[in-house]
Amino acid sequence: MKELAWLVPALPLAAWAVILLVGKRLPDGGAPVGLLAVAAGWVISLTILSDVIAGDRDAYHAAVVWAPLGPGLEIPLGMTVDGLAAVLLAMVTTVSMLIQLYSVFYMRGDERYTMFFAKLSLFTAGMLIVVLADNLILLLVGWEIMGVCSYFLIGHYWEDAANARAAIKAFLTTRVGDLGFMAGIFVFFWAAGSFEIERIIEGVESGSISSTTVTIGAVLLFCGAIGKSGQFPLHTWLPDAMAGPTPVSALIHAATMVAAGVFLVARMYPVFEASGTVLNEIGIIASITMLISALLALVQEDIKRVLAYSTVSQLAYMMAALSVGGYSAGVFHLVAHAFFKALLFLAAGAVIHAVHSNDMREMGGLARAMPVTFTTFLVGALALAGIAPLAGFWSKDEILTDAWNAGFGHGVEGLATSRTVAQVVFVAGMVTVFLTALYVARMLWLTFGAAYRGHGQPHEAGAGMLFPLVVLAVGAAFGGLLALGDNSISTWIATPLLPSEGPATLNLGLILASSAVGLLALALGTALYRRGLPEREYLERVPPVWTVLQRKFFLDDLYERGLVRAVAGALAPATYWFDQRLVDGAVNGAGLGTRRLARGLRYVQSGQAQWYAAALFLGVVGIAVVVTQLVGR
Amino acid sequence: MPLLYPLVFAAFLFSAGVYGVLARRNAVMVLMSIELMLNAVNVNLVAFNAYLQDQLVSGQVFALFVIAVAAAEVGIGLAIVLLIFRNRETVNIDEVDLLRW
Repeated sequence: MKELAWLVPALPLAAWAVILLVGKRLPDGGAPVGLLAVAAGWVISLTILSDVIAGDRDAYHAAVVWAPLGPGLEIPLGMTVDGLAAVLLAMVTTVSMLIQLYSVFYMRGDERYTMFFAKLSLFTAGMLIVVLADNLILLLVGWEIMGVCSYFLIGHYWEDAANARAAIKAFLTTRVGDLGFMAGIFVFFWAAGSFEIERIIEGVESGSISSTTVTIGAVLLFCGAIGKSGQFPLHTWLPDAMAGPTPVSALIHAATMVAAGVFLVARMYPVFEASGTVLNEIGIIASITMLISALLALVQEDIKRVLAYSTVSQLAYMMAALSVGGYSAGVFHLVAHAFFKALLFLAAGAVIHAVHSNDMREMGGLARAMPVTFTTFLVGALALAGIAPLAGFWSKDEILTDAWNAGFGHGVEGLATSRTVAQVVFVAGMVTVFLTALYVARMLWLTFGAAYRGHGQPHEAGAGMLFPLVVLAVGAAFGGLLALGDNSISTWIATPLLPSEGPATLNLGLILASSAVGLLALALGTALYRRGLPEREYLERVPPVWTVLQRKFFLDDLYERGLVRAVAGALAPATYWFDQRLVDGAVNGAGLGTRRLARGLRYVQSGQAQWYAAALFLGVVGIAVVVTQLVGR
Repeated sequence: MPLLYPLVFAAFLFSAGVYGVLARRNAVMVLMSIELMLNAVNVNLVAFNAYLQDQLVSGQVFALFVIAVAAAEVGIGLAIVLLIFRNRETVNIDEVDLLRW
């Protein structure tokens, strides 16, 4: 089945073209086409994954030459289907299919319904290309497809200027990271002589690429991951990406886009692993990111923004896992997170559908009105908080165990991360467990607890929207099974270079400690928000903290006042002047100069044939004189 | 006969033709002056043919070609002059300045 893996991205890509061209004439605006395409991909992916689970662990590799640019410079179009790709394929197609199914009902009546599904298909195809790509150029293609689709989808309601701005912000912010990513690609191409990931890893392992080059290249590649996966300091676009329709938020935050950065690090893990500097950098950035975004999630009033900040925080968790050698823990958390975060977003969408507002101040008491949504949301939220035995518990715990082992425990053999960084990661992880459970409790009570504060009569969503919720809730509840037993996710995604560490070694003391911290935070959140929204937010009573959190650690201000103003205020007018005056000036000047010259010269055209004849004669005489003088000698 | 005589004669003929083309106002006279210039060329061709004693007599052959071309040219030229006269009631080429700026 592995040789058919190329169909998985190809089908949504074809669906995109079909919907774009003739979608409006198809039944239901072309939505079934996209759904069928991803469903077919889903079947293929599951078959591949079951092959992998059954023991077919060899990476299948197939490539055709795409662009032969000369000797030694060929850009292949190839795919690598190994365990990691198989797991990701199954995850992406499952989540994407459920989201598309949900969108059919959620987006009904939207004026750009057909376009929406076209873009969803392309978005999914982009992520699947990234997952399967065997070389960095193809990976970059999928990466950028997602970038442009996120721009389109975040700006889906572009009539509102704020949404258009959010779309531009997402596009430009990720582009900053992509610049580093591209530079990294060229560093590795220069060093390894190939864009193929396998060749690059070989070069790093064999030592033919110097360790300095590896460090520089890996740092640059990680820049791309910072932008795409919303890590500090480029995380600011993710919360604003909430401007898009809710299914889009679910897609961006769960299955695609943000997962791509983590996937990149996982795919090229031997490269990152080879450099302690890079692993330390990843660990520090991840620690900062998980803490500040969890803090910010505490003070949001928009339910989708809470979820957005929690995504940033959870992505940092995955990065943190990768930084302390937890390759399988990071990937496992990526999969588990995809399920519960998609679930949370879709459930939040159902809530927003019911109360016609994103604002948690206008919600409350919805548990009774929307029992199914509440139950599924509760499962997702508790999984996010890492409460046993839900999916998030197992993955979070594996990460904490890895950080503990690297930082305080016996240490991990051959791990280049410094012990101090691992300790920082562990402490940040523990604090984040507390903060996560706290904002989860706040979100739950404000949305579903106490009394209803909004307008109208909220009602449960239709069966079409609830079905994906229930499926995802099952995934979020039992996802932990993936990591248990001998034949677990860590053996599926293992490669010869990244052997499985065996079944997760559970550290009982650590489990008890993190669970205690989580439950304590849940209890604290319950105590604080049980009666609904307080008169004043508790943190508001500490003005400096409140200001810092409201202003998002001043990062947006820094970018707005510093970068955007510098670019828009000085650089943009300067380039405009250069373009208008110098470039256009040269072009216009050529035309104007010709006209001016012609105004003088046209008097030569007297219409007198004899005058022309005289000029001709003189000319011939002149040429004759010149020729005889020059040639005659 | 030295080469100089026919060459001087041809030069006079050509100069007269140039003068006629540039100075005459009557279009028919201009056409006739062109004939003078062409015939000056013919004289040169024949003179050089004799001087170089060309076995293929290509100079004379060329002169015949020029005569044929000149006849055709005069045919077209006179037709144009005729048409201009029909349209504008004049053969004064100073007054025919349609190509003016």
